[in-house]
Amino acid sequence: MATRQESLAPSASLIARRSSGVWRDAFGRLRKNKLAMVGAVIALGLLTLGIVGPMIAPWPYQVQDQNAIIENGYHPLKPFAQLAWDTGHFLGTDELGRDLFSRLLDGAQISMSVALVVQVVVLTIGIPIGALAGWFGGRTDNLLMRITDITYAFPDLLLIILLSIAFRETVFGKALNGLLLVFVAIGLTSWVTVARLVRGQLLSLKQMEFVEAARALGVRDRTIISRHLLPNAIGPVIVAITLGVPGAILAEATLAYIGIGVQPPRASWGSLINEGIRWMRSDTHLVLFPAIAIATALIAFTFLGDGLRDALDPKLKGKQ
Amino acid sequence: MASYVTRRILWIIPVLVVVSLITFTLMHLAPGGPWDREKELPPSIIARIQAKYGFDKPVHEQYIDWVTDFVKGDFGPSYRYVNRTVNDMLADGLPTTVHLGLMAFVLAVALGIPLGIFAALGHNRLPDYVATGISVIGIATPSFVLAIVLVIVFAVALNWFPATSNRWVDWRTWVLPTIALAGYPIAQIARYTRSAMLEVTRKDYIRTAHSKGIRERAVVVRHMIRNALIPVLTILGPILAFLVTGSFIIENFFGVPGIGDAYVSAIGGRDYTMIMATTMLYAFSVAFFNLLVDVGYAYIDPRIRYG
Repeated sequence: MATRQESLAPSASLIARRSSGVWRDAFGRLRKNKLAMVGAVIALGLLTLGIVGPMIAPWPYQVQDQNAIIENGYHPLKPFAQLAWDTGHFLGTDELGRDLFSRLLDGAQISMSVALVVQVVVLTIGIPIGALAGWFGGRTDNLLMRITDITYAFPDLLLIILLSIAFRETVFGKALNGLLLVFVAIGLTSWVTVARLVRGQLLSLKQMEFVEAARALGVRDRTIISRHLLPNAIGPVIVAITLGVPGAILAEATLAYIGIGVQPPRASWGSLINEGIRWMRSDTHLVLFPAIAIATALIAFTFLGDGLRDALDPKLKGKQ
Repeated sequence: MASYVTRRILWIIPVLVVVSLITFTLMHLAPGGPWDREKELPPSIIARIQAKYGFDKPVHEQYIDWVTDFVKGDFGPSYRYVNRTVNDMLADGLPTTVHLGLMAFVLAVALGIPLGIFAALGHNRLPDYVATGISVIGIATPSFVLAIVLVIVFAVALNWFPATSNRWVDWRTWVLPTIALAGYPIAQIARYTRSAMLEVTRKDYIRTAHSKGIRERAVVVRHMIRNALIPVLTILGPILAFLVTGSFIIENFFGVPGIGDAYVSAIGGRDYTMIMATTMLYAFSVAFFNLLVDVGYAYIDPRIRYG
């Protein structure tokens, strides 16, 4: 018996080390991926700007600098021009004299809050539905999967637009300058991936011996799901969430571009483009800078998401 | 196979019913209607308009009326334009939208597949990095951002092509919208082709082909590309659907007179019948193209048999 215990002890510690090592290995792989690290740094920078942006903005986003505009003959101020530096609008202004840089910072706050809140909505809908479908199987599974099929068949952007139109005049639609509706609408169309992932994981995991052992010990279903099964699904869910961020930012920008979502005088990057299009021939900066901001955010989060996927599941590398 | 196709076609029906129910409910919740004007109309006139459009009936009857008309191919009157039906508007815009979508599709396939093959053949060397870089940036750049860049460079700075495409008869107006619309699918197709090619490279039959002494060119063309394109086919369905549904931003941006532009105007103008008809059309095309690809898949790859 003594020898047997001796032989068990090192292997047990080996298992313990390996189980924590999955995350460390993944992080090591992620750190070696240069594109992903660049993406992570930019993404973190944008998130920080989303929080502190309005505080460091040189002007409040809605203030119209009449003097600067009058001095410029009622035209938008060009970026990096002498007058722009003199009046303190280094990225120029729109036709009302509102500082473009400050409005971009405010837009960063909107984009980043969309990015995060939508993912919270996705998790609160996707995880329970996926878990219920995977755990109970049978009829529940069938019903829930049909719901996901239909959500999948509905063109995302159209459903978001329809939801936004239907509720835009209500209290709910006007909350947070119209942003709450955007959060919920985008979230309602994006939870399917997470639900499917969680369901798939649970379907395969619930056959495992450790689940049977937990059951034999009298652990309740809820505890088995939340303590033993869901943690195993965290990896793919993190990847799906990160890759969902650019989708959410893009959806918000697209909505704002066609005039749905956040209401003036606040402006997201998409509505800045919408407002700037009239001036595109003479004052390209009004559309160019918001476009660069959107593209930067999307590329950063896509790099980070791709890197996370490769790091957490090296077998998938290069796929999709 | 036949039973599979039948089942798939039948599955489209409940999907469309649910989509129509959701759309109808949401449009019913939306405020406003055909009587919305700057000046408020007297109640008697509003009552007449309501009777004309059937708004005085209970909701479920309105839905049934709408479905009955819809199935017969009557999409209802436009709430926005007096004396115009939604059918007229769709008939005006649809050919342009399909034309634009097909041009973008051809461009996406013609550029995306070679780009992916090019990347895979130069795996982990410069061509791969260049092609992968292009495709990642292409995937992360929204179509309207690409459109802005194209207009600034080719319309404003170089003046090669017009910035607006409202006169769709002139071929020069086609160029920029087509490229802007094709940007994302090019990147997506290139990415899929690359990974499918890399997968195929490792297969035994490729080694066999090499060991038989077949020229490199022939191995690539006859054995690798032919097999690698099978999985690529699966994403062509969603891409076709994307080109139809995703085109409304591009159409609106360039002023292309298609249904996408009409859809965006309908949103702004609360033209609910038009919104509903377009949504149904979009949902149907997504379901249809996916079905088409799944069935086509089985014909091309004899190993696949649907039960």
